[in-house]
Amino acid sequence: MTESPSTKPANGDVCQRVKNGLKPERNGLAKSLYRCHEKKSKHHRQPEEEEVNATSHHGVLYSRPFIESYEQTPMLPAVFTYMSYGILTIFGYLRDFLRYWKIERCNIAGEKEEQRDFVPLYQDFENFYTRNIYIRIRDNWNRPLCGVPGPTMDLLERTSPDYNWTFAQSGRVLQDVINLGSYNYLGFAENKGACADAAAEITMKYGVGVASTRQELGNLDRHEELEKLVARFLGVESAMSFGMGFATNSMNIPALSGKGCLLLSDELNHASLVLGARLSGSTIRVFKHNNMQSLEKLLREAIVHGQPRTRRPWKKILIVVEGIYSMEGSIVRLPEMIALKKRYKAYLYLDEAHSIGALGPRGRGVVDYFGLDPGDVDVMMGTFTKSFGAAGGYIAGKRELIEYLRSHSHSAVYASSMSPPVVEQVITSMKCIMGEDGTTIGCDRVHQLAKNAVYFRRNLQKMGFIIYGNEDSPVVPMMLYMPAKIAAFSREMLKRNIGVVGVGFPATPIIESRARFCISASHTKDVLDRALSVISEVGDLVNLKYSRQKIQPSVARSFDDNVFEDIDD
Amino acid sequence: MNFKNLKEYLAWLYYQYLLITGIYVLEPWEKSIFNSILFSVITMVIYTSYVFVPIHVRLALEFFSGIFGGQPESTMALMN
Repeated sequence: MTESPSTKPANGDVCQRVKNGLKPERNGLAKSLYRCHEKKSKHHRQPEEEEVNATSHHGVLYSRPFIESYEQTPMLPAVFTYMSYGILTIFGYLRDFLRYWKIERCNIAGEKEEQRDFVPLYQDFENFYTRNIYIRIRDNWNRPLCGVPGPTMDLLERTSPDYNWTFAQSGRVLQDVINLGSYNYLGFAENKGACADAAAEITMKYGVGVASTRQELGNLDRHEELEKLVARFLGVESAMSFGMGFATNSMNIPALSGKGCLLLSDELNHASLVLGARLSGSTIRVFKHNNMQSLEKLLREAIVHGQPRTRRPWKKILIVVEGIYSMEGSIVRLPEMIALKKRYKAYLYLDEAHSIGALGPRGRGVVDYFGLDPGDVDVMMGTFTKSFGAAGGYIAGKRELIEYLRSHSHSAVYASSMSPPVVEQVITSMKCIMGEDGTTIGCDRVHQLAKNAVYFRRNLQKMGFIIYGNEDSPVVPMMLYMPAKIAAFSREMLKRNIGVVGVGFPATPIIESRARFCISASHTKDVLDRALSVISEVGDLVNLKYSRQKIQPSVARSFDDNVFEDIDD
Repeated sequence: MNFKNLKEYLAWLYYQYLLITGIYVLEPWEKSIFNSILFSVITMVIYTSYVFVPIHVRLALEFFSGIFGGQPESTMALMN
């Protein structure tokens, strides 16, 4: 069996397997699962890393197969990527030289004449990269939409006479561009339907602005109802909502931990979590992405050695992770993490920005996806931006925690509260997902999203692209590697009326640039098929089909074929 | 990918060269500078190899045949 950190159980799990009564080898079904899994894994001992956890190995931890794949960067594209960055850097130096000696006009912010001898402000790599690489391909970002960002959208056409330093709008509107970039997982970003009507009605009654903070005079009865609804939706005691998702993380982590506390955060956490962690003043230690062995090692070291100089025990240890990581499309290993946190008595902060509403048979997020108890996660945080079509964030957990946050969180005390139509949009969409509005629209959308995600991912992998992440996640990152290909891919897709998001250097490691697709429940199968055929065509044109893996049958299918063949008692 | 004629195929190859080297994002005068430098370097390499490689190969062959083939000749000359 592949000896990877994920398959080695934490020591506490050994007792759990024996508790079952039957050892896995005695139960015929588990033996056949183990056997066909072993057979499959012998075929695919290739340089790519693919981790499959079958039920037999973890006993009670994973109730369904957890398949993630991160194919290794092939050598030739990596060499060409470094080469192209080298060439672009040389030309960047040339242009900077021309700007310095005033041979050409400098269009970007620079120091004034009087400040030439001061400490330079714009000489670091980030500014160099922005001036010389980002601006050249900047027409692929900040595209103005002139309508609702649903499954299709309308874009304003722009041209640039001076190579993206300035933009001019021609006045034409590109109609019905297929939208593969909006975080519209359940399709609630719409201007018709029950949610929009409810929001319009409430605007007539309450207006749009709240003109105060939650603590002063900005606490509407709709806010109270929203919080009770969120608590019921997640299955916890109580919840609290904030006006902005980024501010929820960055303003509440400082309220939860301070000096003398330890924050263990994942390598690839979002900027809001990193900012909140740094603002809090706690010690921060980083563990490898989704790697339970690395986390366990850090926990053991922290408990044994205590705080850095005084060796006192830590006041608290808070593990900060996300449900779905938006740049990788990977899902957190929640069962193992909860087992670890219980064993080492740490607290868990789970940021479900992308996974709430998008995962799980009932749409309740990553806790529902794994079938776990929501009371095990100490602080559940999420945003309303992605699946609910609104804006804002929430924190949910035990009643005492939320009461504490109401008076100690910066966001609750100083930031103005959520606007009434946005609150109403969340309330209506959440009731729709729960099925309380009397229809099955919400339930259908959750199932449709799950089907769409698996269908899209499988087809892209079959075509030969390198796709990262878990098989079930609706976020699909497709590797591009070279900086020129980010621009080429995005422009060619727009020519064929599909809008995609390309992601490059500061958000990802420098050679691993990617295009990130976000699948929506409102994409019908025809739309997905059209998108797939266009992506294949552009992939051939731009030469993006790097994958060297053969298409393997999924784990589910191999169970169907020979699950009863190996039972011999 | 279906290419109707050779010209289209060559255009696609040039597009791949632009993407791989990263020249695709540069302005036309920068593309010309890079292309002319690369073209002159390749021309010089081809010219040098055309002029000098046969001479070097002939000298190398003479050197190696001097080591292996030359010995029996000298001992025979000594005997005689």
